[in-house]
Parts: sequence; C-alpha cells; structure tokens
Amino acid sequence: MKKLFALLLSLAMVFAMAACGDTASNNEGGGNSNAGNADTGGEEGGDTAGIAAGDLQIGLICIHDENSGYDLAHIDGLRAACSELGIDESQITMRINIPETEECYDAAIQLADAGCDIIFSDSYGHQSYMALAAQDYPEVTFVACTGDQAGVAGIPNLKNIFPYTYESRYVSGVVAGVKLKEMMDNGEVTDPHIGYVGAYPYAEVVCGYTAFLLGIQSQVPEAYMDVQYTNSWYDLTAEGEAANALMARGCVIIGQHADSTGAPSAVQAARDAGSNVYSVGYNIDMLSVAPEAALTSAQNNWSVLYKATLQHMLDGTEIPADYAVGHSEGAVMISELGESCAEGTQEAVDAAWAGIDDGSLKVFDTSKFTVDGAAVDSYTINTSIIDFTTGNTIYEGQEYEAIVDGAFQESVFRAAPYFDIRIDGITELNPS
Amino acid sequence: MSTPSTQHEPAVRLVKRDTIPTWKAWGIRLLAVVLALLLSGLFIFAVTKLNPVAVYQGMIQGAFGSKRNTWVTIRDAMMLLCVGVGLAPAFKMRFWNIGAEGQILVGGILTAGLMIHLGYTLPTPALLCVMALASIAAGAVWGLIPAIFKARWGTNETLFTLMMNYVAIQLTSYCVALWENPAGSNTVGIINMQTRAGWFPKILGQDYMLNVILVMILTVGMFLYLKYTKQGYEIAVVGESANTARYAGIKLSRVYIRTMAISGAICGLAGFISVAGAGHTISVDTAGGRGFTAIIVAWLAKFNTFVMILIAFLLAFLEKGAIEIASRFNLNNDASDIISGIILFCIIGSEFFINYKLVFHRRKEAADK
Repeated sequence: MKKLFALLLSLAMVFAMAACGDTASNNEGGGNSNAGNADTGGEEGGDTAGIAAGDLQIGLICIHDENSGYDLAHIDGLRAACSELGIDESQITMRINIPETEECYDAAIQLADAGCDIIFSDSYGHQSYMALAAQDYPEVTFVACTGDQAGVAGIPNLKNIFPYTYESRYVSGVVAGVKLKEMMDNGEVTDPHIGYVGAYPYAEVVCGYTAFLLGIQSQVPEAYMDVQYTNSWYDLTAEGEAANALMARGCVIIGQHADSTGAPSAVQAARDAGSNVYSVGYNIDMLSVAPEAALTSAQNNWSVLYKATLQHMLDGTEIPADYAVGHSEGAVMISELGESCAEGTQEAVDAAWAGIDDGSLKVFDTSKFTVDGAAVDSYTINTSIIDFTTGNTIYEGQEYEAIVDGAFQESVFRAAPYFDIRIDGITELNPS
Repeated sequence: MSTPSTQHEPAVRLVKRDTIPTWKAWGIRLLAVVLALLLSGLFIFAVTKLNPVAVYQGMIQGAFGSKRNTWVTIRDAMMLLCVGVGLAPAFKMRFWNIGAEGQILVGGILTAGLMIHLGYTLPTPALLCVMALASIAAGAVWGLIPAIFKARWGTNETLFTLMMNYVAIQLTSYCVALWENPAGSNTVGIINMQTRAGWFPKILGQDYMLNVILVMILTVGMFLYLKYTKQGYEIAVVGESANTARYAGIKLSRVYIRTMAISGAICGLAGFISVAGAGHTISVDTAGGRGFTAIIVAWLAKFNTFVMILIAFLLAFLEKGAIEIASRFNLNNDASDIISGIILFCIIGSEFFINYKLVFHRRKEAADK
C-alpha cells in the first residue's frame, strides 16, 4: 500500500512537472490540479492554452466498418469536422471492428499511448471501457458517443455527445404519414398499421420509435405500430426477418432503428413480389437498395457534434460532459425523398422542420400521446446508473421532472435519450 | 550398379528423417520465419505498395511499442499459454480435446456469476479463491464428461468435446441474458466497475502480473508433471500406443479420466483468469477461439511447456501486430489476417521439413558415384 502510494505520488509529480514546464520545476508533488493553466491536455482545470490544429491527434473507435451505415456516418462526420477545422486526415487514427469488450479498452489505451489527445468511440456499449481508460489517462479526453454516464460518473475527462435523433425520426415519420394518408385516401390501405425494426429495448430506441409514430400520427392520427427487436445494432439477416414478420402481420410502412440495409431490402423484395409496402431507413440513403420502397431515412450529421467538440480542444476550453444539439444546429436531417413519396411531402417536411427549429412544434407534446388512455402530466427521470442484476447504484445521479411546459424534455438533462415511456398505440412484439 | 534403375526414379523423393540435431531443427524453423517474412513482404508490396520493413516495424511497435502494448501482448500470450498447458496432457495421450473453448467458458461463467453475486459480500482475496476453485471444478467436470463416455462406452472424444463447446456457448448466452446490464443490451458490461471486487489486484503496479504468476506456476508444474511423475509417464505410454499401455498394465480408463479432469481444470482456470484477470465480463467471445488456437501452441511445442511460452508469444505478437498495422496503414483487418496466415503457414509447414527430408535425384546419383 505504501509502495502504491509512493508510486502515485511520484506519478503525480511527473505530471505536474511535465505540465508546468521549466517555470515550476520545484512544484510540490501531488499538485497536479494547479498545473492546469500551463497544461495543453485540457483537464478539468477549465480553460487552457488549447492545441494547434496541426498537432491535435484524434482517435476513433468504431464497432463495425464502413459497410455499416451508422459507422460510416461517424467516420464521414469526423473527417468532415476535421477538414472544416483544418485538421489533416492523417491526424486521425481509426480502430474499426472493435467489439464492446475489453478489446475496446485495449484499443482506447493504445490510442492514448500512441499520443492521441482525444479519443471517440461510436457505440453505446463502448462507454464503460472508455470510462476505465479515462481513469488511466486523465490527461486524454475520451468521448463516448451516444453514452449516458459522463454527467454522473465523476470522471472529468469522460464526455458524451448525442444528436437530437428524435427530431429526424419525427420528420421521417411525417414523410411516412403523408404517404400513409395518400394510400388510405386512395383506398389502397384501410388499416394504418406501421412496423418498426428496433435494435434493443433501450430508451434510445423507445424514444426514436415513439417520435416516428408521433410524426406519422401528425398526418394520420389513428395510425398504430408494432415493434420487433433484433437485439443487435447490426444484423442484416435478423433485420430482414423482423421486417418480413412485421409485413406478415399487415404492416404497410416499416421504420427502423438498426444499422444495416436488411429491412429496406426485405421491404423492396416484398414490393417486387406485389405487396404494397414502404420503408423508412436510418443512417444512410436507402434508395440504392430499395429504389421504390424507400421513402427517406432519418440521419445524424455527426460532423456538427465532432466539430464542436474538437473546437473546444483547439480553443482549450472545457468540453461539456453532455453535448446534444438538433436540427437547428444542423446535427440531424433526413435523406433525399424517394420517388415513391406522396405529393405534398416536401411541404409537410419543411413545415415540420420550421416548427421544430422555432420551438412551436414539440415532438413529445403531451397533448399528442396518452399512456393507458390518460395524458402524462408528470414523469420523473433519474440519471443514476443502476446495475440491473444486483440493483446496486453504480453512479449516483439526480432526479428531474421531465414534463415541462406540456412537453417531455428529451436530451436536455443529459445528452443520451431517456424517454422510455411506452405510449398507447405501440406494441412491443418481443419485449425483453 | 544402380545406374539403370535411377532412370525412372522421380526427381524428388521424400525420406523420413530418423533424428535431427536440435540446432538443425531450429535452423529450419528460423529459415521458415525468414521465408514467411519475405513472402508476406511480397504480399504487402504487391497489394498495398507499402514498404514491408515499415509494416514489420509497425507490427513490432503494436505488440511491444510501449509498456501498455507489451503488457497487453503478455496478457494475451499468457491466456493462450494457459490453455495450451491445459491441452498438453490430453493431446500427449492422443486424446483429442477440442473442447477447451467450452471448458474456458464454463470456468468463466462461474467466475462471473460469483463476481456479480458475491462482489458486495466477500472480500476480494476470499472471492478470488472461491472463484478459482469453482472455475477449476467447472472445467474439470466439462472435461470429465467426454472422458467418462470414452472410457466406458468408447465414444469418439473429438466429436464429443467439440459438441460440449456448443453446450457451453448456449449456457453462456443464457447467463448473459440473465445478467445483462443494462437490460436488453445482450452484454454483461464490466462487472463491479466501481468496487473492482473480484478483480485481480495489481502486483508491483501491474494489472496483469498475477496472470503471469499463475500461468508460470502452471507451466512449470505441467512440465515437471509430464516429465518426472509416474502419471506423466503413463500419459506418454498411452499416447504412443494404447495397446502397449494395456499390456504394461496401465488402466486406460483411469488415465483418460484423470488426465481429462486435469486438462479441463486448467482450461477452466483459464476462464477464471480471463474473466477476473482481464475482461471483467462474460460473453460468448470470452474464450475467443483460444481453445482452438492453443492446440497449435501445444502441438508446435511438442507438449514441451517451455517451448509453448515462445509459441504463445509468437501468436500473440502476430495478432497484436496485425491489429496495429491494420489501423496504422489503413489496411483492413483481413489484410493483416493474411499476413498472420502466411507466417503461421510457413512455421507449421517447416515441421514437415524437420520430419522429412527431400532427396533430389541428381544429388543422389552424384552421391552414388
């Protein structure tokens, strides 16, 4: 124990010396935190000198490779952010196909070792390994994209970023709703039954499909939806099968929160075989795999979030633990409308975006949904992180009242979605 | 007088070598490594136009470039070595234990389960002992089942142990669903991340020092066991010829059962080391194919556990190096797998030239005259 303490002390001393340079070489050991002003690492010490664009080394850990639309969006987003900030692509080191296991920890510490100043990981399950690495390398910033623990973990160099994906899902729902309305008006469809291929029963997914259905209901109020989970972020076969199962139940439009082209391909195949069905994708434009079936895709523009985060590194300003922005900042969008979209779609989309941007349209307006037949006027969310097996609290968070001014405040108290209300009209076919 | 007959002799003949001096055997192996480096260098240049020397430097840096990288390589080599040491006695008696993967997993499952449920009640040293014993028992049971069936009813152990892997994988999936965190994620996450209860303690400031100590004890122990004990001798005799062993009065069924219990127990302990000493989680990938890779380790080393250290390090080095060059040169993982494949192919292929020699027609003629 004594040895360990001595080691820690000497380590702290080394950090302090390295940080203070020659002016403070007689600094006492353990004075790590007061070295913040001269440090280029950007610790919790607040504003520091920043790092020149030519010197910033960036690491990116991806769960899959470019073949996954989700990962491609991250890779392209980071590259775009760098090119806007004058950071050369050679300053990015990527680790692809890193599973949500200790391999993520290994990758993170190796990137830190290799001199990265900031390391991003793109998948939710990477987060706890990033947190471990963050404790080992306090001078490096670790950003777990889509993570939910940075605000409560008490690890100053762990950060989370997340776009307001629910906005783009709502608007993609509007696109689907206009189409559904046209189909019903033509008499092609009598039952407004929607299907949704979800990855996991997380709040992130629940929030997304609820927004999607609310978007549809803004056009066809009686629309209802079935959700089939695949329990994987990326599984071409399972997503295709889930879409087929939903179509067999009578769903006419299939949305998705999963990262492959499995569902749109299955919908296109069903369309080719004579079914009158359409698909709304995620991440990437699905027109290449489903030219007639695809209406649009909800998309994240990660470059906006990457750019803002990297800008803090360049300026030497403190990166917020949670960072989330939406369409008004350009962080979310929908892809080009497919040729199958109904007339008037573009006008409805423009109106929805305008409403979202100026705040007149609230996606989770409590007057627009019910639970067990009643409106929700109060909902408490707790940002604590709980161990589900033992019930122990891992990180103590805070409680917040989520319903403010007649709308659920999503991604406000922390970046990651926490909307986990199961509203009327949505049926989970295989809840956990 | 042999001139007429040589006319129809093939240009090259294979002759089994009786013995080969050690230095010559290692010379051949060294040549194989050089050849492998040249071949993969050619491949690298042909496909990527990169300088092969820079790529090799990248591999070395990936595996040993920093203290962290070195320790990660050591950790993975130790895991592989541990499983290889476990497989050695089974393979030495020609009992094809393809089931190390499953034996690792059942050891890992028990370790993870105890870690989750006793993490807040038992102090870590006691918890570590409980987990170690439980994983040893679980692995031993997983090894015993096919051994008993083989001893009693003469079942095929290759298929049996292989099938036991799938049972263990399904059990693991079940437990992952049981312990998943957060709910619905299909992963267990890092167990006891805050308290670090049941994690290997740091020794001399190193996270993976205890892994090294445990595996080294096993390595030395197994070497002594195989070389100097009566049981080790019995294993060797059974491996050479089951009939000879029977004739010599060795009870085959007892040797099978005893040896497989030991083999399974060590693989189970490998599961414990993997969960408590490295990953701190459990998933179907916890064994990660090491149960199969370790067969190469055991065979290439001819069951000499000290040689296994070298082979385990070589394989771990190749893996880490491959990952490094994949990210450094923007090659994808498949390209680096090809390089690993070429190197392994040459090294395993060199064993052929250690056992056989090529006799060229002309040379033989010249020798005759």
